[in-house]
Amino acid sequence: MIQISPHAEAALTCTLDERSLYLRRLVLGSVRSAGRGHVGPALSLIEMIRVLYDDVLRIDPKNPRDPNRDRAILSKGHGCLALYALLADRGFFPLSELDGFCSSDSILGGHPEYGMVPGVEASTGALGHGLSIGVGLALAARMRERSYRTFVLLGDGEINEGSVWEAAMGAAKHGLDNLVAMIDYNKLQSYGPTDYVLPLEPLADKWRSFGFAVQEVNGHDVGALRGVLEQIPAVAGKPTAIICHTVKGKGLPQAESNADWHHKNKLTDSELDAIRVAVGDF
Amino acid sequence: MRNTAMNMVHKLAARDERVLYIGSDPGAGTLRAMSKEFPKRHLIEGISEAHIIGMSAGLAMEGFVPYVNTIATFLTRRCYEQVAVDLCLHNLPVRLIANGGGLVYAPLGPTHQAIEDIAIMRALPNMTVICPCDADEAARMMEQTLDWKGPIYIRLGKGGDAIVSKAEHGFEIGKAILMRSPGDVLMVSTGIMLQRAIAAADLLAAQGVRAGILHMHTVKPLDTAALLQAIRGVKLVATLEEHVPSGGLGSAVAEAMIDKLGSGLPAMLRLSLPDRFMHNYGSQDSLLKKHGLSANAIATSIEHALAASRTSSPQLHST
Repeated sequence: MIQISPHAEAALTCTLDERSLYLRRLVLGSVRSAGRGHVGPALSLIEMIRVLYDDVLRIDPKNPRDPNRDRAILSKGHGCLALYALLADRGFFPLSELDGFCSSDSILGGHPEYGMVPGVEASTGALGHGLSIGVGLALAARMRERSYRTFVLLGDGEINEGSVWEAAMGAAKHGLDNLVAMIDYNKLQSYGPTDYVLPLEPLADKWRSFGFAVQEVNGHDVGALRGVLEQIPAVAGKPTAIICHTVKGKGLPQAESNADWHHKNKLTDSELDAIRVAVGDF
Repeated sequence: MRNTAMNMVHKLAARDERVLYIGSDPGAGTLRAMSKEFPKRHLIEGISEAHIIGMSAGLAMEGFVPYVNTIATFLTRRCYEQVAVDLCLHNLPVRLIANGGGLVYAPLGPTHQAIEDIAIMRALPNMTVICPCDADEAARMMEQTLDWKGPIYIRLGKGGDAIVSKAEHGFEIGKAILMRSPGDVLMVSTGIMLQRAIAAADLLAAQGVRAGILHMHTVKPLDTAALLQAIRGVKLVATLEEHVPSGGLGSAVAEAMIDKLGSGLPAMLRLSLPDRFMHNYGSQDSLLKKHGLSANAIATSIEHALAASRTSSPQLHST
């Protein structure tokens, strides 16, 4: 019998502060403008990305290619709405770009592209690529004797991909303690529960056995996320995996833990009304 | 050819600190001298090609020039999405050194025979595809890879292939080499088909047929200008490749001719492997012979096609 993590239970009941609600309004505004978007996967990510970009990453929106910047890769590229909201809010590009999401001349596609979106380190969307790229970035930092750190955000469905585990072995082999894998463990992939599609448990033990120092956290608890991320590397000489227990669709009651909200092609009037009730006017 | 290419990686590494060697699980002792001289830049990363390509992309993003090396089928089929997305979409300077292009691994069967690699690599935007013909040319080619923008797929032959390239021809990526001026026939070859083209040209010459040879070591970008120059006045263009008929050199040449000439095309004969997996073993030579790619068979096919072209309107022929 698999034990339900207390972090997972806490994620379900965790309340959201005004900044978290604001970022959700940005995400949902993009969805409304485009008439489409991966809603659930973005909403589960928001606090992970928020804490990373607000409190952890050494980055400068005015100098997004600074060689000493920390690197972050959204390996679950379909969660890009959360990243776009944060990057726009932090000034990497104007907030008005969010309204153009997925339109033909927008810089913001349904998956993030390097070279198109300031602040995006790698084009992702095909799953299972980001951790390997992150290993390369982290190894390069080691070889160049640079102090930047590399963070890779992975989806739980994404880690079905065997390439993720190849990368995990590679990261451990090189003892990359400047590399952090953050797993958005919302327990729901496109078709349904991860436990049904391809069971991941015991997930923490898996990462541990692959040579990572593992932390588990309520992925919607901003303070807890800060606390964990401030102590990177968790163990010297080892890459870190942070299993962030989250809720898919977090913040929208009708979308929470609901696979139908993985991707939306349109929002009905009643859904828009419900969003206003949940996160405020947007 | 393989040893030469490997030794060139070491030589380039000595000259330029950006150069890395990344092998999956190569033969024992591969680049041992480099591993001793530059241990941090000689990386053996395990049988994990998808990961290795992504990792190489990350290293290239930070200014390194990784030379990734394993067997051709594993560098192409196994990790195609990583090659497409991580390398080509980002247009990164990673070099894929593919051991055993074509039928080099004939005895090991279809899992190890890279017979569609040119097609699938050529299909990718930003990818460059090079098939050197011998060790000397491989050395000249490797010199040119250091500062080439974007990814390169390098299809290596077996090693021990007869040296037919000439230093005076030099080597420039994307520039074909006219080895012999054409008469009625122009053969366009790539990789180790050049040796067979030369032998076939000698056989044809003995029959009074003058056949030129354009060595298209770079299949992408194709040297269309050299091709159009060489086919002037030619009655038959024959392409020679150790590859399935779809998407390889023959396709590239046909596409270029159709795109640039539109009408008035010379007759064309595409000599290639058949569109099927090989279920025979033996040797590279024996399989090439079995599929009509020995010098004798090439000469005979060209004679027949030339005769047919003289009695019919221009058309495309294929084996």
